[in-house]
Amino acid sequence: MQQEYTISLFTEDHIGILSRITIILTRRQINIDSITASESAIKGLQMLTMVVTTTPDMVNKVARQIEKLVDVVKVFVHTSPEIICQEIALYKVTTRGLMAGSMIGDLVRKHHARILEVTPEYIVVEKSGDKEEITALLAVLEPCGVLQFVRSGRIAVTRQVKELDAYLKEMEEAGRGRTETLEIYN
Amino acid sequence: MKEKTKTTDKQGSDSEGSTVSGAEALLKCLIEEGVDTIFGYPGGAIMPVYNKLLDYSDRLRHILTRHEQGAAHAAQAYAMVTGRVGVCFATSGPGATNLVTGIANAFLDSVPVVFITAQVTSALIGTDAFQETDILGISMPVTKWNAQVKNAQDIPYAIARAFYIARSGRPGPVLIDISKDAQVENLSYSYRQCTYIRSYNPFIPLHMRDIESAAVMINHAEKPLILAGHGVILSGAAEELKALAEKGGIPVAATLLGLSAFPHKHRLFAGMLGMHGNYAPNVLTNQADLIIAIGMRFDDRVTGNLKKYAPDARIIHIEIDRAEINKNVRVDLEINNDAREVLSALVPMIRESSREKWIREFRILDRIEYEKVIKPETDPGEGEIRMGEVVKAVSDLTDGDAVIVTDVGQHQMAVARYYRFSEKSTLVTSGGMGTMGFGLPASLGAASGNPGNPVIAFIGDGGFQMTLQELGTIMQYHIPVKIILLNNSFLGMVRQWQEMFFNGRYASTEMANPDFMTLAGAYGIEAHRVTRREELRMAIGTMLAAEGPYLMEVTISREANILPMVEPGASVSDVTLTYR
Repeated sequence: MQQEYTISLFTEDHIGILSRITIILTRRQINIDSITASESAIKGLQMLTMVVTTTPDMVNKVARQIEKLVDVVKVFVHTSPEIICQEIALYKVTTRGLMAGSMIGDLVRKHHARILEVTPEYIVVEKSGDKEEITALLAVLEPCGVLQFVRSGRIAVTRQVKELDAYLKEMEEAGRGRTETLEIYN
Repeated sequence: MKEKTKTTDKQGSDSEGSTVSGAEALLKCLIEEGVDTIFGYPGGAIMPVYNKLLDYSDRLRHILTRHEQGAAHAAQAYAMVTGRVGVCFATSGPGATNLVTGIANAFLDSVPVVFITAQVTSALIGTDAFQETDILGISMPVTKWNAQVKNAQDIPYAIARAFYIARSGRPGPVLIDISKDAQVENLSYSYRQCTYIRSYNPFIPLHMRDIESAAVMINHAEKPLILAGHGVILSGAAEELKALAEKGGIPVAATLLGLSAFPHKHRLFAGMLGMHGNYAPNVLTNQADLIIAIGMRFDDRVTGNLKKYAPDARIIHIEIDRAEINKNVRVDLEINNDAREVLSALVPMIRESSREKWIREFRILDRIEYEKVIKPETDPGEGEIRMGEVVKAVSDLTDGDAVIVTDVGQHQMAVARYYRFSEKSTLVTSGGMGTMGFGLPASLGAASGNPGNPVIAFIGDGGFQMTLQELGTIMQYHIPVKIILLNNSFLGMVRQWQEMFFNGRYASTEMANPDFMTLAGAYGIEAHRVTRREELRMAIGTMLAAEGPYLMEVTISREANILPMVEPGASVSDVTLTYR
């Protein structure tokens, strides 16, 4: 049974790491539905959040193969109920179209969107939410004339507490008391 | 991998803090890591390193192969027989891409090799400069790790990491790409071996509860079977494996690369697994109630049809690479750790048992295989010479005291089936990749490792001609390899498949061959051709007695098949013993 999974992984901030990860997914013919990369809360560690659609068996296999990469610290695989996730979207709408109805008030109240910029030609609206909410707002704005629409990949936090920290600690201990200072190699 | 390292624990060296070029720093780092032999091929971008190498020729022996692929295979074979990390040099562009087959081969067979490639000057990287290629990108899927160095100052740490990663955990090839300017630039040299990388920890704590569970499962099993892979050799667990088998009275079957992990004359040795493996271990895999897989990865050539694999068995998988567990076969107990550590802890918990009844089942099937396959192959008495009888004769005459190298194909399977290995790390073969052309360069690499025993390479006429230029290397360094060229004037394994599965349509498998005697003569290599059975043993004796390199060509049966065979898609218990 194919299903949507959110793969969150922590890596060293090294050149080429994304390429190494995509090689593994490509070999297994898995498409990345969305991807975001950013600095994590831990210094020097990058966080990647990917959404893929595949089987439970396959997601575990690729997660282990990704985790095996030397520069990858830890991989977590979650199904949707296990995470709280958001995407962000920007909508550039014609001012004339948006002003024509009583849309503006609704945007803020009903859809919890924000107005970022207003010009005589266009208005930029920002909204964060899940995929469905963002798509729903696009449908609402469409009649007003959407000039541009972009959405980010997914970012997610888990409902568990402090899992990476605990893991890092365990790993340090397994390092058999090696207390060398960490050097980051680029 | 337990490495027989030559370095002491003393960190740093006499030249700590001295100013040297990047090229010299590289060589110093290699010496610190215990390297004394390098296989390679020079070219434009790597010239600063080779220039410095001349000054270090008393400590670093460089073997100039005739092709970079040869250097890569030689370095791998050197690593396999010595248990140390192999080292291979190549220049940028074509030099680097010529390594790729060799790197991939080492990757699939988990052999630690550090590949050093040169790169064009850093300012030119990415501009399609002369002899520039993206070797980092190309080698990414076939290396355990790779990195590019563009500053001389970064060389020592990159090399330290490369060796640590290559030899620890599940070993594998690592590639370091060094730009030409980084080789020329000066740096303040100091070296510390790498012992820790935050994102990579090959030392896994041993969970005793899992070991106890394994012991309970083994003690309760009536028909347990051990599957020993390359991991047994890599982790140095051959003794522990023997202890486990003997204490529990458990038969040991081996994968191709695990063959030399267990003495073949041992009464508990069950033979080789898989497509051309022995009859008993394949058939009885499907009758076993417990499979103890150690340092192996359930390759498709081992398991046959996965849906019909070991239906009655619970499976314990002892494997250092977590990604291999549950990859091909679902297991009941996973022990993700080093084979030696696990077995050392496990053996004391095993109840002594003889399991005579179970072992007798192996003997019965062995008898059937002997009558139907082994006897006609190794002792045909008449007709053309068979591969099996050549291998058996060499096995008898060396009594297992040799390092055996093979190429890929029918002769490889004949060696795997009929050579009786007695010492670990005495088989050098291309397993996962099945790289034709591996044998000749691997044999010179193995012999360069001074294994103490003679190095004998079995090679077919097809694979021999893929890398035969390495005869030049053997000549130049007078490397005493004994080459047994099994010549059937066919690409034998492909021909066998054409016969069995493609209605005997021999598409591009017949070969018109040169006169190999004249060829050997051109390289000044002593050679002899055997065409008659009566002279075979005497010719082998002459070959073994020869001091230098020697080529013995044996004209063998043109259209013989390797049997038994688990045909593609068949279950391991559905073995074809006879054909035609």
